[in-house]
Amino acid sequence: MKKFKERLSGRIFFTLALSSISALALITVFIISQGAPLIAEVGIIKFIFGMEWAPSRGEFGIFPMIIGSVTVTLGAAVIGVPVGICCSVFLAEFAPPAMSNLFRPAIQLLAGIPSVVYGFWGLLFVVPAVRNLFGGPGLSILTGSIILGIMILPTVISISEVSILALPRQYKEGALALGMTHWQTIYAVMLPAAKSGIVAAVILGIGRAVGETMAVIMVLGNAVAVPESILDPVRTLTTNIGIEMGYASGEHQQALFATGIVLFVAIMILNSFAQYVTRRK
Amino acid sequence: MTACKHKKMTLAAVALVLALSVCLTASCSGRSDSGVVVAGSTSVQPYIELLAEEFAIQHPGNSVDVQGGGSSAGITAAETGAADLGMSSRDLKEDERLWSVVIAKDGLAVIVNPKNPVSDLSLEQVCGIYAAEITNWSQLGGTPAKIHVIAREEGSGTRSAFEDLVMGDSFRITPKAIVQNSNGAVRQIVAGDPDSVGFISLGLVDQTVKAVKLNGVAAVRENVLEGNYSLYRPFLLVAKAKPEGLSMQFIDFVLSPEGKKLMMDEGLIPLQGD
Repeated sequence: MKKFKERLSGRIFFTLALSSISALALITVFIISQGAPLIAEVGIIKFIFGMEWAPSRGEFGIFPMIIGSVTVTLGAAVIGVPVGICCSVFLAEFAPPAMSNLFRPAIQLLAGIPSVVYGFWGLLFVVPAVRNLFGGPGLSILTGSIILGIMILPTVISISEVSILALPRQYKEGALALGMTHWQTIYAVMLPAAKSGIVAAVILGIGRAVGETMAVIMVLGNAVAVPESILDPVRTLTTNIGIEMGYASGEHQQALFATGIVLFVAIMILNSFAQYVTRRK
Repeated sequence: MTACKHKKMTLAAVALVLALSVCLTASCSGRSDSGVVVAGSTSVQPYIELLAEEFAIQHPGNSVDVQGGGSSAGITAAETGAADLGMSSRDLKEDERLWSVVIAKDGLAVIVNPKNPVSDLSLEQVCGIYAAEITNWSQLGGTPAKIHVIAREEGSGTRSAFEDLVMGDSFRITPKAIVQNSNGAVRQIVAGDPDSVGFISLGLVDQTVKAVKLNGVAAVRENVLEGNYSLYRPFLLVAKAKPEGLSMQFIDFVLSPEGKKLMMDEGLIPLQGD
C-alpha cells in the first residue's frame, strides 16, 4: 500500500511536470509546422537576408528586422548593463541594510510593471523628449533602447547581485588583509570572481530585450528599412509579428510564424549560452 | 530495471506530448447556429457592431455576432460559409464572385499636425511624399523640415485602399515610413509631431489633427457625397449568395433610414437615394 502511494505520487508529479514541457512542445510544433513551409518556399537565405518585406506582393525578407532587433537590443544593453551592474555592486557592497531593504523591493516592482505600461509611458514622455532633444520623429532605436534598457534592469541587477553575494567571504577578507582598498577589492577581486554570474545576468537581460514586444511596438516606429542612424525608426522581429498578425492570412500569416522561428532559435541560442556560462566554473 | 522504466517513461512522455500537439494544432473553427455571423474588415467592424447592437434590441432573441480579421479574411469567410456575411473595405476583385452590397462610403483623409502651414496638396504630391520622392516640407511650401511619413501596416484595408487610390501601380509606399497598426495610433503620432503626415479614415479626424485639402477640395463628408473628393473607398457586405432570412433582415436594417442615420452619426457617408 505504502509502495503504491509512493509510486502514485511520483506519477502525479511526473504528469504535472510533463504538462509544462508539453506547452513548450506544442508551441514549437505549431510554429514550425506553420512557418517552415514558407521558409522552404522562399529559401532560407532569401528569407533571412532579403531586404524587402511586402507580403502582399510576395516579398518576404526579414533582414531589416534582424538588424532592428540587434541594434535595439545592443542599445538596451549599452544603457541597461552598466547601470545594472553598478546598482548590483552598490546593493551588495555599499548599501546600508536600511537602504538595500528599500532598493530591492523597488527593483522587484520595476520587474512587475506590465510592458504595455512601459510602452505607453515611452510614447507619451520619451518619444516627445527624444524628438525635441535630438530631432527626427522620436519613434526611434534610441527611444526603444531607453525603454528596454530600463526593462532589463531588474534581471541584470538581481542576478549580478546574487552572484556577488555568493562569493566566498575569504576572497574579500583576503584582499582587504593584503591592504587593498574596498574599491580595489571590488574591481580586482570580486567582479572578476563573479564574472560568470554577471555575464549570465547580461545574457538573460539581452534575452528579455530580444523577446519584448508590446513596449517596443509603441515606441520604435516599425519601419521596415535598415536604419541609418539611431534616430531612425526600425522594426524588430517581435514587433513584426505583433503589428501584422491582426490582418494576416495565408502566406502572410505563415511568414509571421517563420519570423517566430527565427526569433525562437535566437532566444534558444542566447539561453543556452547563459546556461553554459553559469555552469562553467 | 530502472533504466528500462526510465525509457518507458520517456517514451510515454514523448508520445503524450506529440498526441497533444497534433490535437491542438488541428484546430477547428466552430460557429453558432442561431443568429448571424459577420466577419471581416476592422474598418467596417465598429460600425457594424453598433448596428448589430441596435438590431438585437429591435429583434429580441436574435443576435448578430461581429468578428474582425480583415477584408480578405471576411471575404474568404463568406465564400466558405464560415460567416454568413463578410465585411470588406475594398471592392471585390474579379475572381471573387460573391453577392455584395455597398452600405456606405468612407473617406480617407491625409492628415498633418495643426501647426503645419501646409494645408493643400495635390494627389501627385501625396504620392510623392509616400514614395519618398518629396522628403522635405520646404518642397511643399512649408517650413523646412524632414517629412516624417506615417503609414499603416501590410494587410490593412486602409493601407491597400490608399495604395490603390494614391500610389497606383507604379509607386510604392517607402519602407522607411513609420508603421502603426491602427487609425488611432496614426492620429496620435501626427497630433504630437509637427513634421509628420499620415492617412486615416475621414470619420476619425478630430481637432488634434488637420485634414489637408486634396487638389483644393476640402476633406469633408459633403465633398465625398458629391464626388468632388476623390479619396474614398466603399464599405461592403458580401455573402456567398443572395442572403435570406435573418441575414437579409439585418442588411435591410443597415440600409434603412435608421441604419443610415446611425452610420452618418458615426462619421460614415451612407449612399444617397432609395
